[in-house]
Amino acid sequence: MLDTISLYSLEVYWWFIVSLLGGLFVFMSFVQGGQTLLYTLGKNEDERDLIINSLGRKWELSFTSLVMFGGAIFAAFPLFYAVSFGGAYFVWMAILFCFIIQAVAYEYRKKPNNFFGQRFYEILLFINGSLGIFLIGVALATLYTGGNFIVDEMNLSHWTKASYGLEALLSPFNIAFGLMLVFLSRMLGALYFFNNFEEEDMELRLLQVLKNNMFVFLPLFLFVAGMMFFQNAYNYDETTKIVNVESMKILHNFLSSPLLFLSLIVGVLSLLYGLYRALVNEQKDAIWYVGTGTVLTVTSLLFVLGINHTVFYPSLADLQSSLTIENSSGSHYTLSIMCFVSLLVPVVFGYIFMAWRSMDKTKMTIDEVKNDPHHY
Amino acid sequence: MIEHSDLLIDWSRAQFALTALYHWLFVPLTLGLTFIVAIMETIYVKTGDEWWKKTTKFWMGLLAINFAIGLATGIIMEFEFGTNWSNYSWIVGDIFGAPLAIEGLMAFFMESTFFAIMFFGWEKVSKRMHLTSTWLVAIGSNLSALWILVANGWMQHPVGMHFNPDTARNEMEDFWAVFFNPNAVSKFLHTVSSGYVLASLFVIGVSAWYLLKKREVLFAKRSIIVASSFGLITSFFLLMSGDESAFNVAQKQPMKLAAMEGVYKGENKAGIVAIGLLDPEKVLGDEKDPFIFKLEIPNALSFLGYHSLSAFVPGVHDLVYGNEKHKIMSVIEKMKKGKLAVEALSDYKKYKKENNPQKAKEALVIFEQNQAYMGYGYLKKPEDAVPNVALTFYSFHTMVGLGTWFLVLFIMTLYFSMINEIEKKRWLLRLMLMTLPLGYVAQEAGWIVAEAGRQPWAIQDLLPVGMAASNVSSTSVMITFWLFAVLFTGLLIAEIKIMFTQIKIGPEGEH
Repeated sequence: MLDTISLYSLEVYWWFIVSLLGGLFVFMSFVQGGQTLLYTLGKNEDERDLIINSLGRKWELSFTSLVMFGGAIFAAFPLFYAVSFGGAYFVWMAILFCFIIQAVAYEYRKKPNNFFGQRFYEILLFINGSLGIFLIGVALATLYTGGNFIVDEMNLSHWTKASYGLEALLSPFNIAFGLMLVFLSRMLGALYFFNNFEEEDMELRLLQVLKNNMFVFLPLFLFVAGMMFFQNAYNYDETTKIVNVESMKILHNFLSSPLLFLSLIVGVLSLLYGLYRALVNEQKDAIWYVGTGTVLTVTSLLFVLGINHTVFYPSLADLQSSLTIENSSGSHYTLSIMCFVSLLVPVVFGYIFMAWRSMDKTKMTIDEVKNDPHHY
Repeated sequence: MIEHSDLLIDWSRAQFALTALYHWLFVPLTLGLTFIVAIMETIYVKTGDEWWKKTTKFWMGLLAINFAIGLATGIIMEFEFGTNWSNYSWIVGDIFGAPLAIEGLMAFFMESTFFAIMFFGWEKVSKRMHLTSTWLVAIGSNLSALWILVANGWMQHPVGMHFNPDTARNEMEDFWAVFFNPNAVSKFLHTVSSGYVLASLFVIGVSAWYLLKKREVLFAKRSIIVASSFGLITSFFLLMSGDESAFNVAQKQPMKLAAMEGVYKGENKAGIVAIGLLDPEKVLGDEKDPFIFKLEIPNALSFLGYHSLSAFVPGVHDLVYGNEKHKIMSVIEKMKKGKLAVEALSDYKKYKKENNPQKAKEALVIFEQNQAYMGYGYLKKPEDAVPNVALTFYSFHTMVGLGTWFLVLFIMTLYFSMINEIEKKRWLLRLMLMTLPLGYVAQEAGWIVAEAGRQPWAIQDLLPVGMAASNVSSTSVMITFWLFAVLFTGLLIAEIKIMFTQIKIGPEGEH
């Protein structure tokens, strides 16, 4: 099947899909960011109900993207799935705990006799939005900084640190990456509300929240991008597959792939333009610019690890155990099958777009939430 | 070769069992109730009767409470293959990962996207669009079950792949063989129909409570008619797919069948034990009767398992120690061949590394001759190939017994509803209410048969659980086990309290 296409091309294609899902997930994390703004933004119960109900119509987007991201990695790069999930055990488990609590928190928060009380579920939403996104950021950052694993000759792996992944929290880069995503998701959350609400009272506050978070996000982003470009990264030899350290590898990759570099630049500019549109012009469509910018930027930053013979998950315990798209992928047959399956992606985008449009035809107000018997 | 401690395997299995059993408390209701609300909403759209809209909305409200916790407990299942069964993820990920990814893309997005419209879109989209969304939620959640059961069916009966000695893993070679695996097909049909039955029990159980309390009478009676018709039809379906499942087990997992029926010594014209009490003192290899007491239907097992009244049904003893007459190879023999395969694979890798193609080729020949038994090479002793007989036996009999009772209940409920006497039959209403928790018992028992009966295999005959687990410390798994236990129990209590409160409020209180 798809015999004329080389295994390497399929691997690159699937790395692109995984990167794109990563980019989409970060955009969809506006839900999580929004959750952390519940009390920052909602000054009374009505406003908080509006926030929850507005997010409640969208929360499944980030959840399903995360599940899909996991599924795609399992099918396309099973060795990464095995090495990282089975090794950085505590990090992934903590992420899962943060996501298990999300759906129920929406559904149970306002229900009578809900056992734990409303505040408890609001705390769960905050944990999901802050710790959940922070840890996902840390886990993504380890794609650049590496993990402590060894892969044996049978391709079975083990982790060399008893902290099973928690040691990633000692790296300033990882921490900065995690925090960067948290503040980005809060910005996206504020922009989403700005677009979705029709409550004048809240608009000034929303823009102020956006500005505050932007001032934290931008220096973090500059630090992370700087580190990424100018730090050492890992290269593998095309024929011998031996892994070596190369200085400024990520920057070289971008420079050798002008299209990817352009996508990164456009992404960053779109993000900045969106912020300008929101803060200076007070345009409600700013989310789309910042959102598109986020998807392009994150996708490019992830995709760059899969091209030009780059290691996408370096091993700190044994450099030669490091994972590349070539040594961790599924077989040619499976990747081909999955290529056909990926044709469904536009269909999924299509109905999500349609659902979003039909639900957002009229903007949300406090009155609407009050009058909806099914509200959260 | 990696050797895991028994403690690690036990905790890893316990965690998977805990999360799977919790998850399965919620999934079947979603599978069935989505269809029931879709049917009710269709009646509303066809007749324009607002009463049906109210009824639909009430059951939809209960569905949402259940859906949220089903989703929450589901995400862990997918990721646990990586976190706790990472060797598994590598060794069979090339086949197993695909249906999980397809499930996400094809089904999960569909059910969750349209769930938002179904739940919040009453005033925002047209009637027709809303109805379509409700049906898409039902179809999406059932499609989701399809892909998960394709994956599970493959674990029970691996097909459509070959072992690649260079990558040291199994690789897919025929997607359609994986998809149309007879085990997957019967498993899917059996599982979703069990969900429809449970949802029917749920609706008639809740409605019976209203009738016992003499409230919401019209609502309850109409709901009972919809649910008992749906339950009756799907019960027959459940019965047929169950028969097909058992037939598949007999063909592909004879050890599981022996455990399900408590057969130690194989026999021709084997009967099915309708009711039985196993002797806890019974040890594999002794001559004791495994049953203290049993009531048997003669020849039935031979017929159901092999479609012949006189067929030979092998017992646990035959499968472990072999049976020359019936050409059954012993586990000891399989273990010998398996160990040869494991060693040959290791040699093959070694010689390849040393750049010795001749020796590598020789090792490969030995590997290929014994490859079919490689999984047995990881077992420590022949008795390890036997699942927990008592657990499998009692779970199986509980499931079948309850399934039969549900069928009888649906017939009675539908009959008394049709002659409009259901309200007066308080004994029946009580039975309907009491049967609801039994529906959940049957569901869990079914999965215990499927999964505990498959032990020691993660993938039947190919990969034992001992080899499949991640290389983490048992303490780490123990910590997460208890965290899950506390979190899921807390959420379950909240869910039940909220559900009961909503039922008490009733359909009228909703509006």
